Amino acid sequence: MERPLTQHIHPDGTTRTLREYVKTGGYRCLQRLSSGLAPKDLQRLVTDAGLRGRGGGGFLTGTKWSFVPMGADAPKPKYIVANGDEMEPGTFKDRVLMEGDPHGLVEGMILAGYAIDAEVGYIFLRGEYHLSAQRLTEAIAEAYAAGYLGTPLPGTGFRFDLHLHASAGRYICGEETALINALEGKRAVPRAKPPFPQTVGLWGKPTVVQNVETLYNIPHIVNQGSDWYHRLSRTQDGGTKIYGISGRVANPGWWELPLGTTAREVLEQHAGGMADGVCFRGLLPGGISTAFMTEEHLDLPLDFSSIPPEIGRLGTATMIVLDDHTCPVGFVLNLEKFFARESCGWCTPCREGLPWVAKLLMSFEEGRATSEDLSLLKMHTKWLAPGHTFCGLAPGAMAPLQSALKYFHDDFERHISTRGCPWSKKSSQQKVLV
Amino acid sequence: MATIIVDNKSYTVDEQQNVLAACLGHGLNVPYFCWHPAMGSVGACRQCAVKQFKDDRDQSGRLVMSCMTPATNGTRISIDDPEAKAFRASVIEWLMVNHPHDCPVCDEGGECHLQDMTVMTRHVYRRYRYQKRTHRNQALGPFIRHEMNRCIQCYRCVRYYRDYAGGRDLNVFGSHDAVYFGREQDGTLENEFSGNLVEVCPTGVFTDKTFFHHYTRKWDLQAAQSICPHCSLGCNTTAGERSGTLRRITNRFNSQVNGYFLCDRGRFGYEYVNSPHRIKRAVVRPDCDRTKPGQPEEVPQAIEIAADRLRRARGVVGLGSPRASLEANVALRSLVDPQHFYQGVDEQERQLLSTILKIFQTGPVPSASIHDAEQSDAVFVLGADLLNEAPRLALALLQSIRQEPMEQVDELKIPRWDEAAVRNAVQNRRGPLFLAGYQRTWFHEYATDTYFAAPDDIARLGFAVAGSIGQGTPSVPDLSPEVKDLTQRIAEALTHAQRPLIIAGTKSGSQATIEAAANVAWALHQQGKQPRLSFVLPECNSAGLALLGGGRLNDAFDAIRQGKADTVIVLENDLYRRAEAANVDAFLETAQTVVVIDSVEHRTTAHADVLLPSATGPESDGTFVNQEGRAQRFYQVFVPDGDVKESWRWLSELGRATSQEGGSESGVAAWRNFDDAVSATATAAPALARIGEVAPSASFRLVGQKVPRQSERYSGRTSLISHLTMHEPPPPVDHDSPLGFTMEGYRGPLPSPLISQFWAPGWNSIQAVNTYQDEVGGPLRDEMPGVRLIEPVATKASGWFTTIPRAFQPTAHQWLLLPLSAVFGSDELSNRSPAIAERIGKPFLSLHPSDGARLTLEDHSTVDLVLQGTTYRLVVHLDPSTPVGTAGLSLVPEVSGVSMPAWVDLLKAIQTEHKRRAA
Repeated sequence: MERPLTQHIHPDGTTRTLREYVKTGGYRCLQRLSSGLAPKDLQRLVTDAGLRGRGGGGFLTGTKWSFVPMGADAPKPKYIVANGDEMEPGTFKDRVLMEGDPHGLVEGMILAGYAIDAEVGYIFLRGEYHLSAQRLTEAIAEAYAAGYLGTPLPGTGFRFDLHLHASAGRYICGEETALINALEGKRAVPRAKPPFPQTVGLWGKPTVVQNVETLYNIPHIVNQGSDWYHRLSRTQDGGTKIYGISGRVANPGWWELPLGTTAREVLEQHAGGMADGVCFRGLLPGGISTAFMTEEHLDLPLDFSSIPPEIGRLGTATMIVLDDHTCPVGFVLNLEKFFARESCGWCTPCREGLPWVAKLLMSFEEGRATSEDLSLLKMHTKWLAPGHTFCGLAPGAMAPLQSALKYFHDDFERHISTRGCPWSKKSSQQKVLV
Repeated sequence: MATIIVDNKSYTVDEQQNVLAACLGHGLNVPYFCWHPAMGSVGACRQCAVKQFKDDRDQSGRLVMSCMTPATNGTRISIDDPEAKAFRASVIEWLMVNHPHDCPVCDEGGECHLQDMTVMTRHVYRRYRYQKRTHRNQALGPFIRHEMNRCIQCYRCVRYYRDYAGGRDLNVFGSHDAVYFGREQDGTLENEFSGNLVEVCPTGVFTDKTFFHHYTRKWDLQAAQSICPHCSLGCNTTAGERSGTLRRITNRFNSQVNGYFLCDRGRFGYEYVNSPHRIKRAVVRPDCDRTKPGQPEEVPQAIEIAADRLRRARGVVGLGSPRASLEANVALRSLVDPQHFYQGVDEQERQLLSTILKIFQTGPVPSASIHDAEQSDAVFVLGADLLNEAPRLALALLQSIRQEPMEQVDELKIPRWDEAAVRNAVQNRRGPLFLAGYQRTWFHEYATDTYFAAPDDIARLGFAVAGSIGQGTPSVPDLSPEVKDLTQRIAEALTHAQRPLIIAGTKSGSQATIEAAANVAWALHQQGKQPRLSFVLPECNSAGLALLGGGRLNDAFDAIRQGKADTVIVLENDLYRRAEAANVDAFLETAQTVVVIDSVEHRTTAHADVLLPSATGPESDGTFVNQEGRAQRFYQVFVPDGDVKESWRWLSELGRATSQEGGSESGVAAWRNFDDAVSATATAAPALARIGEVAPSASFRLVGQKVPRQSERYSGRTSLISHLTMHEPPPPVDHDSPLGFTMEGYRGPLPSPLISQFWAPGWNSIQAVNTYQDEVGGPLRDEMPGVRLIEPVATKASGWFTTIPRAFQPTAHQWLLLPLSAVFGSDELSNRSPAIAERIGKPFLSLHPSDGARLTLEDHSTVDLVLQGTTYRLVVHLDPSTPVGTAGLSLVPEVSGVSMPAWVDLLKAIQTEHKRRAA
């Protein structure tokens, strides 16, 4: 089983230097650019490979690039931005890559920049990722010294500059247009689309914002081709994926696996099943803005096209497992408090709706909920839908709530009928029947 | 045009619009908050959701925000769709989660857009049962009250204040449901246009603090149409009164003039009307004894005494006023005969105005309205300090600099209404704006290039620009390389523009800058451009007075000094603002009789032998001509108490009283109502012939009815004076206008000059303006935006101005003293409003730091400056933008009446504390 992204990462947590990176084939593909691989060719290569955005959206990278105006008349400069604002709770895949192999990101960005003829790149990094920041800073300095950055690529005239920007820290900065605003020094509030960043992005110029893990894939596609890349995967989406699990499992962690691996495989084979004494109830497949999957969904291939929309979506593929010793209502309350706090405050449904949802869930936990509260929760899951709100934050926040109301409805009802949380400390002596 | 289908009905709309604006334009009620006709769409509030269908087979559709949806041909939407209605009700429910239920004590109540939208969506029942979030309010200065708990986070305030008006000190802080709109800390809002927040805010977060001090509900206001008297732009306002007190000023939409916004001087300067220094009684000095103070006199006696003096006069001189209505000036001119009528302005101003009139009357370039200024794609300002002299024009230029970048926006196929996208695409790119002046303000940060120099040098720059644009224009010798460069940049920007605008002003006293501006505009016209010209004038009716004409002030002084006349009638004018105090003293003391007609006490009224209390603007009808030559009518809002009467009416009575017994009355003596005044004005000067077309005459009726000044809900008519009498007195009769001082009368579509309050069923806030427009943001339905009295007749310039001044040379001992206008402080009437008075700065003298060093003056030190016989205590401002060799003197009440520009030996005239102590 090939693990192109992570195979060289040191198990001891130390980073890889430029020398090590080059030794294992790093920056080699830049020579292909020098020897005549045109931006259009690179775009086609990545399109053929079926690389899809690893930030959760799963948008085809080649298609994303194809919207960027190219040619002599295209606006200048253009920008490529790495979205390293990994603030999705439970998600730590980009961190693994950036800490372990920072040059992979630098190289991926050079290639992505080349593909869209962008001369400047920014890595927008989560503010708390101090170690990543340190290692990326070193890597960027090494790449400048080695002439990969800041000097024209031989034979191409393409020169790429790369800057690291540490976020001041809000969840919304992970939304690509809010990220652009933040990078411009403005409030991190999303922008309406259209116009899309590919035409009007950073400082009004064409900009592509891509997830860190996505960018790591590009050098390997260039080196080994789209067919090889497709073969890595078990499904029609190309490549491998970093899957992760947190929660009460025997062996939480991350694994680079073929795209399309099932949740059951990750859970049982890699994570070693549930921890002793607890049973599986459900999982959020990729961060907290994805819908719950339960036992019946565990054999679905975890990729961007196999999960039916009515069930949910893959997201970041770093799962959070809900067990039977944890109150699903309290679990969701915890999530909704996060979402309510992280709403940017721009649009009404999100700004006012999410705190209300959190307060309603609190009522359930405190035993003050009524059946009307249940319908109020449902009302919010209905109204905070894509298109109704300004960006995806609130619909994301509704995904776990809506699915919890579907799969754990009885638990909600029980909070009403017993006037309290059956899992709470007061009642923890009693055996909780699930 | 496009056709859109709304609830299965077809509507013809402008495809450049969004669906929300298109619907509102057709009178369809779609609730909204964050959208504003002047500020476009950002899609934040989600209130304007409608259902959009792909085609006629699509039964399910999807919710979209109408403000973010282009009104392209074939767009099919439903407003009445149950899901859309339910969602909109939910949005209100969310907004109401934290909104206090304090409508009964909220100043916005009754004209609150949030109330209107809540009623429109029919949200009634509260399901949120948790605590509301609360905020601490801020003290924002004398104009605005702040109550953040009412905020519904529509972001309009910061979008208006920062993006539209260039303000910096109001911002949004925090995030999620705790976003806060205010300043970093308590303090006065700095921006000169802060008052518009009151109207921009859809609820009661920002309310009018001056109104709060004498609050009444909107529906209890007796209101009429006013024209702002506080600068020369003539912004349209609505003035509201109750119980004899003028309560507030709000914006009155005029598509060609002020649009949706006013400046703070105009909005908050109204309280001079309520001033304790108002003259309310006729006053006569007994026994012609100048040592005795005047005594109140009954009106018939006062008139008789004045008439007696006038009859016995050896000669009468009448001094008109640029702040009095045309009709009042014409009345005086008629009473004293045109050859004895003098413009009550100093000679320099008179000459500048006559030059400006000549430029418009004989040149090929038309004057610019404020609307034209907003649409200009390149602007060159010569010498005028717009932010302080004509603030609303500066606000217009802040929009004009968006015009050129908009072409790129069009190329990106971003609709112009998509405000956030437009700003993201445009970023900091700005169209050309060149500011040449001698005092830096924050407005200069928006300029492509600035040039700080003495007026002569500014004029030279202007002549040079004209020289490099036009053919046959005079050239300017001895320009420095930097100025030559700047000249080229300006000339290039102006010739690349489609609608360039050249602006100059009268304040600096420089004839040359005005002529240079004309040359630039004419040169552009010669090159096939469509330029516009704009001149900032000193006062609200300066243009009207200039069109009427009249003698020189010095000739009036001479007539008294030489004994050709011995009686003076001063109309609404403080002569001490016009000439040196010694000259005015001599003039008034030499005259046997001084009759003054004015509304507020000042130094001139103190000399009056007969003082007649005149009505202020909101207490009278009249016509002002603004700086573009647009004649606009204002109407009496309320009947003043005391002996107060319109100036023209006093003059008419004086005319009748002085007429020969039994002889036929002629001229002003024959005027009986305002229509007579208008007719006489129309014949007073050829340029005024169309004055009658400005607004409907007094006889105008709709369905046989007058137009009420009071709302249908006006309360207390039977009880307001119940402490005095149980009987309801008949309302005052208005013989002068088609308006009535009542609740009864015609309610329906009106000619725009007669619309006092914008209101429509369900639309109680100022947003009701939408319902008066065919296209939202466009002109009012059947708008009569005033009459432009001067349009160019010439097709080309008959000749260039050729008097190019020599370059300004600083001298060893003399400094050129230049006037520095202040938005708060330089206007005679608004200074008397307490809120404005609070904002007036200390008088200061501005010097270049090198001149400061020469004079051994430190920044912020205090000096005494002896000027023209008066000592002024001034704070020294060392300002690098003050041209070397000049000194700027701030025009605040303490320093009015200094004749400038003037050369002054500052080494002698300045007394520092050190020198004072030595003395």
